[in-house]
Amino acid sequence: MATAIDPTVGGLPLPGGGAPARGGVVARVRGLRPVVLLAFVFVALLLIAAIAPSLLTKGDPLQVNLGHSLQAPSLEFPFGTDQSGRSVYTRVIYGARESILIGLGATAVGLGIAALLGVAAGIGGKWVDNGINRLLEVLFSFPILLFALFLVAIFGSGVSTQILAVGIASSPGYARMIRAQVLQVKGADYVIASRALGHPPSRTLFKNILPNAFRPLVVLATLGVGQSIVWASALSFLGLGVAPPAPEWGAMLDAGKDYIQTAWWLELFPGAAIVATTLAASCIGRYLQRRIEGETY
Amino acid sequence: MSDIQSAKPDAPLLAVENLKVGFGPRGHVNEVVRGSSFAVEAGRCLAIVGESGSGKTVTARTLVGLTGERSHVSADLMELNGQSLLGLSGRRWRALRGAEIGFVLQDALVSLDPLRKVGKEIAEPLRIHDWKGDRKQKVIELLTEAGVPEPELRARQLPHELSGGLRQRALIASAIALDPPLLIADEPTTALDVTVQAQILALLEATKERGRGLILISHDLAVVSRLADDVAVMNQGEIVEQGPAEQILYSPQHAYTRALLDAIPSEHSKGTRLAPRVAGAYIPAGNPRVPNLVASRAPIITAENLVKAYRGPDGKSRTAVDHVSLEIRPGETLGIVGESGSGKTTTARIVLALVDPDSGNVTLRGKPWTTLKEKDRRQRRRRVSVVYQDPLSSFDPRWTVRRIVDDAIDEADYKGKEARLGRVRELLGHVGIDEGLLERRPLQLSGGQRQRVAIARALAPQPELIVCDEPVSALDVSIQAQVLDLLADLQSELNIAYLFISHDLGVIHHVSDRVMVMKDGKVVETGTAEDIFHAPKDEYTRQLFAALPRLERAQPVAKAVVA
Repeated sequence: MATAIDPTVGGLPLPGGGAPARGGVVARVRGLRPVVLLAFVFVALLLIAAIAPSLLTKGDPLQVNLGHSLQAPSLEFPFGTDQSGRSVYTRVIYGARESILIGLGATAVGLGIAALLGVAAGIGGKWVDNGINRLLEVLFSFPILLFALFLVAIFGSGVSTQILAVGIASSPGYARMIRAQVLQVKGADYVIASRALGHPPSRTLFKNILPNAFRPLVVLATLGVGQSIVWASALSFLGLGVAPPAPEWGAMLDAGKDYIQTAWWLELFPGAAIVATTLAASCIGRYLQRRIEGETY
Repeated sequence: MSDIQSAKPDAPLLAVENLKVGFGPRGHVNEVVRGSSFAVEAGRCLAIVGESGSGKTVTARTLVGLTGERSHVSADLMELNGQSLLGLSGRRWRALRGAEIGFVLQDALVSLDPLRKVGKEIAEPLRIHDWKGDRKQKVIELLTEAGVPEPELRARQLPHELSGGLRQRALIASAIALDPPLLIADEPTTALDVTVQAQILALLEATKERGRGLILISHDLAVVSRLADDVAVMNQGEIVEQGPAEQILYSPQHAYTRALLDAIPSEHSKGTRLAPRVAGAYIPAGNPRVPNLVASRAPIITAENLVKAYRGPDGKSRTAVDHVSLEIRPGETLGIVGESGSGKTTTARIVLALVDPDSGNVTLRGKPWTTLKEKDRRQRRRRVSVVYQDPLSSFDPRWTVRRIVDDAIDEADYKGKEARLGRVRELLGHVGIDEGLLERRPLQLSGGQRQRVAIARALAPQPELIVCDEPVSALDVSIQAQVLDLLADLQSELNIAYLFISHDLGVIHHVSDRVMVMKDGKVVETGTAEDIFHAPKDEYTRQLFAALPRLERAQPVAKAVVA
């Protein structure tokens, strides 16, 4: 009789097939899909380029050599040279630092502002919520270029201005998400259960509400890094970012656009770097999403 | 449109032999129905009973060709009226569904298109099968037949505007629109209140008496006993026992059937265990519990004249709780029973001080409780815990079992990681949860395990009272039996009081010392479990019991119930 009705498993198959297997790093890398692996390798290269570019190229990104100007890709200059004879390859490598800095920085600024506004709107009650919602609507309707111009007028052009402009412009989207998440989690049964246990609201906020509300944002933020790089490049392209001689992907596109008919490599390689970075970030974002969901859902 | 008459007189309406259904890619087929055989005759009802995962719903879906693309169906024989149902094309199935086989799904709210008016939904099978005649007129007739009051009005409404019972009736009306010779009903009364359930059963009974064959899929043996002529008991994809209803329900041969029947809480099972003892489970030191009615002990909770009204979406105020008073003393169980919307859960939330009453007040151990500010309540919240109906949503999905229980332990009592882990282990031991599950997350647990963890969490603050809000309603009957036994064991060991809320009269009778019957926010009757169940004074209480399907008296449903 005892065997007829299993005491522990109520006849239901266990979701997830039991305890998650936690293999070593090697096993985990081997389990990755090739595309994801490629994305991770690319990001690793990007990080090396950002931290120690001299490991990947011996040249100097600013060294002018008019004798070599506008040369097509060759063994000596794999990505060709620009109008001043600088190696495009070296400049793309050195440009990674700025691009990544802007991507991470802008996402951090955007999420930071959004977290403050979103959480305040979610838990602050009707009046705070209404006020923040109006502010977000204003931010949403503000053209980002106009906003960037405004910041450039105040702070001058440069990396920090770009970070600030892209960060602020991306914050209302995140803020809306965070607010919706907080509102949803706030009404969850487990939050009521925490209250019924006599836990103070601050504990419930930090232990239950915030971690659950922010969980989906891990993925979104990864995707946001790629998006920020694209935006920042657009600003540089318009001359609102890093000043010309400095290697930055968007600025390089801007400088090369006059030669596009004769020197395609000036546009292709920095452009490809932007696209590849964004793709890699999205790919890793989706991988993380699957992992996180796989763990609890 | 049906050709019952043309069938051979001795052949059954539906004959199935050695039916196998599996899912998954070829080579990795997970077989969920493993060679079941059964038959249904016109004018008779076959009930397929079993717990979740037994394969009963898959069996039902196979008979209407709705198992999906990744399924593998095989059988030696599957015939309706002598016509094979094997290997039919999608088009052929569509021609059969509705016209030859009616299918009533479990949950009427999700089964009805939310954006389509009820009348249109019911007219759908008529339209598809080119029924000639006045469809509007027919829909009204069908709704009337299904016992839906004001059919003209209902036909123009959307599903969400109807009550659960009306929705289910509309769904049945749609299934019998073309009067198919075979009707399959998959858990047609689950999630319905007993009085509504009785009406639905009467409606199905009428279909059967019109000479149609009926397959009833249910986990509820009491419901089955009202309607079924034959019963097939399924367990893990196999029919372990089948035969006439009388024989299966009153002299079952198979051990699984017996265990299933023993697990049902009913009048004669009070004070006894429902499930066989599980090896390694916590066994209380004390004797089986004797009813605890010592009135001299000071009550834990005293509630006086509680009133709570909510404003509905139409702007009208609805009184959810209307002058309710109650008292709970140490070590006793107060059961609150009532249909959905009777105010049981709101009452419980007021007792838990999660909702403030509009008037009236609750005292905890003689001191103010509901009138306190939240800040002052916090230290005393640990005296009253709660177990919810849906344990899954009451757990933080990121947390492991260990953390869920740990979170509820009072930091002042157990200092340091080791002491707390020891306490977590002790609590999980109390509820019979294996140590191996410590690092599992709620989603990796079965329904019964989740409710055990929820009980461990409720025990952690060492409460005097646990409010149990429908704690077993979502569980299979055998798991329900184990959880009810566990609650009884814990009560006799730790002398905890329960405020036990359920819509299930059998469960309430089994667990309660005193019972409170609620209707429309009011207490209609209160007394000892004995008095309420054997000598109910109130008319509503009597009605409630009359509507309750019981295994003890398997009689045809009284026709009078359909108003």
